[in-house]
Amino acid sequence: MRPKRTGFFSKFPKLLNGNLSLDMNLLTIDAARSAIQERTTAATSLAEWFYTMIEKSDPQIGAYLTLAKERALAKAAEMDALAAKGEELPPLGGVPVAVKDVMVTRGVRSTAGSKILGDYVPPYDCTAVARMEAAGAVVLGKTNCDEFAMGSSNENSAWCPVRNPRDLSRVPGGSSGGSAAAVAAGMAVAALGSDTGGSIRQPASFCGVVGLMPTYGRVSRYGLIAFASSLDHIGPLTKTVKDAALVLRTIAGRDPMDSTSAEVPVPDYVAELQKPVRGLKLGMAKEYFGEGLDGEVRSSVEAAIQKLAGLGCEIVPVSLPHTQYAIPTYYIVATAEASANLARFDGVRYGHRARDARTLSDMYRRSRDEGFGPEVKRRIMLGTYALSAGYYDAYYLKAQRVRTLLTRDFEEAFKKVDAIVTPTSPTAAFKLGEKVDDPLAMYLADIYTVTADLAGIPGISVPCGETKEKLPIGLQILGRHFDEATILRLAHAYEQAS
Amino acid sequence: MKVTEKDVSYVADLANLELTSEERTRMVRDLNSILGYIDRLNELDTANVPPMAQVSDRYGVDQSKQGSERFAYASREDVHEGLRKSLPHEEALQNAPEADGIFFKVPKVIER
Repeated sequence: MRPKRTGFFSKFPKLLNGNLSLDMNLLTIDAARSAIQERTTAATSLAEWFYTMIEKSDPQIGAYLTLAKERALAKAAEMDALAAKGEELPPLGGVPVAVKDVMVTRGVRSTAGSKILGDYVPPYDCTAVARMEAAGAVVLGKTNCDEFAMGSSNENSAWCPVRNPRDLSRVPGGSSGGSAAAVAAGMAVAALGSDTGGSIRQPASFCGVVGLMPTYGRVSRYGLIAFASSLDHIGPLTKTVKDAALVLRTIAGRDPMDSTSAEVPVPDYVAELQKPVRGLKLGMAKEYFGEGLDGEVRSSVEAAIQKLAGLGCEIVPVSLPHTQYAIPTYYIVATAEASANLARFDGVRYGHRARDARTLSDMYRRSRDEGFGPEVKRRIMLGTYALSAGYYDAYYLKAQRVRTLLTRDFEEAFKKVDAIVTPTSPTAAFKLGEKVDDPLAMYLADIYTVTADLAGIPGISVPCGETKEKLPIGLQILGRHFDEATILRLAHAYEQAS
Repeated sequence: MKVTEKDVSYVADLANLELTSEERTRMVRDLNSILGYIDRLNELDTANVPPMAQVSDRYGVDQSKQGSERFAYASREDVHEGLRKSLPHEEALQNAPEADGIFFKVPKVIER
């Protein structure tokens, strides 16, 4: 039974006095905005309160890398002034949010979780962040992540690992682990993350929050520090599906600064939530329920699918026969693109430079050696190998051809169904240290998420129960290109019914 | 073993990485393990499958248009002043590890 959300602000004065409570978990975007609009609270008090909460909780969790107090309080004061004049606040007016550190923020340190950008203070803003702020959002700070978003546990952060708020001995997932943990622990109302192989959906699933990866091209990548440009997506992590719809509506749409951002109209995702789900056809692919799937995850996800069937959806078996080739394809395509993207870190224009290098080439090498962590070096090496003379056809071109097959699998399935339902991750959150010595085992944590990145289709993870150890489980819903409205609607219907 | 220590040194060189000897040993092990897994792609006959480099050449475009016409929206007039002003010199240099106020500075490239 979902607790009621209405009572939150009656408790607020108590909370303001430092009596912190997990009830903060119930604060949604609309609740925060209307409290500020109606002047039940001030946006500045709310931001201050969140900073108190961060000070108290974050030493154990490690979700934030940099706080942006000055910028946050200025935005909050702007929203308070609007409210005081009785003007209508914009859709995210005064709402405290967190931003993954791979998105650049003007004047606020942006490290991408890497030592090589340890002191980097960007001179410009990421489009998605600028759109959030234009809609009134108060950016509290920058969240921890795996270095350059490369990882599935957040243990590859050069600064510190993030711990799962539900169980501090476990990982929050990755790479947007800080964003997921911040939302789950009530240290932000909502957050932006990025997803290249599952990095929004998998941590959302591990931390018990909602995570949405939009269609490739739906949200501008301008100002997103690039990992793999044909696979990188920005999207929201939120407490509710409606909040995810609100954030997507805010950040979606064509941006002249990113030529791959699509000129496709942005529907009102929030209004679309109200449409019925009855009669929608949901595909269930046996490839996502096979070997390696944890028993408790399976039963929760199957129960969630039954619940959707109970709401009038028709469950249809579909086949995605090339699924087992997704991880190998991904680790060629993503690393090849990464090796090219990360060539820019050379110690010349920004970032770490090794001391006392005698020649230019010595400086490049030593700066990169000192600046990059082990997983980043491993991926640069793998990508460089796959692109090198003699191996290009065997690896890179081969992977691109298989990427076509993986995409065709979805195209075929979507002729028969409106969405595909799967587990988000084969297991619930694992322990810190459990997979750090085995890169391949870590890569397999993304087995149900990577294919959507390769095909560019949207996917959402919505909480669907817990294991016996009280660890959250996520239901993943995948949709057609540019059909976020349908997967949001299904996730919303499920959330309301559970 | 597909990848040898020599291959690792060669690729590290291409990637502008040094790698310590321990890092190299570990890299040989990791790359072989990952590439061993990746080899399963060879089970698939892809001779007649076109490669896919981008998602955006398939979706979100006007399907009735062909070639570069499809992406007309993504281009713009070539203008002196672009979509936004260039960064002021000072800001462009503010993150440089070494600069002299006009240029980025690097170790000497050419011996005279």
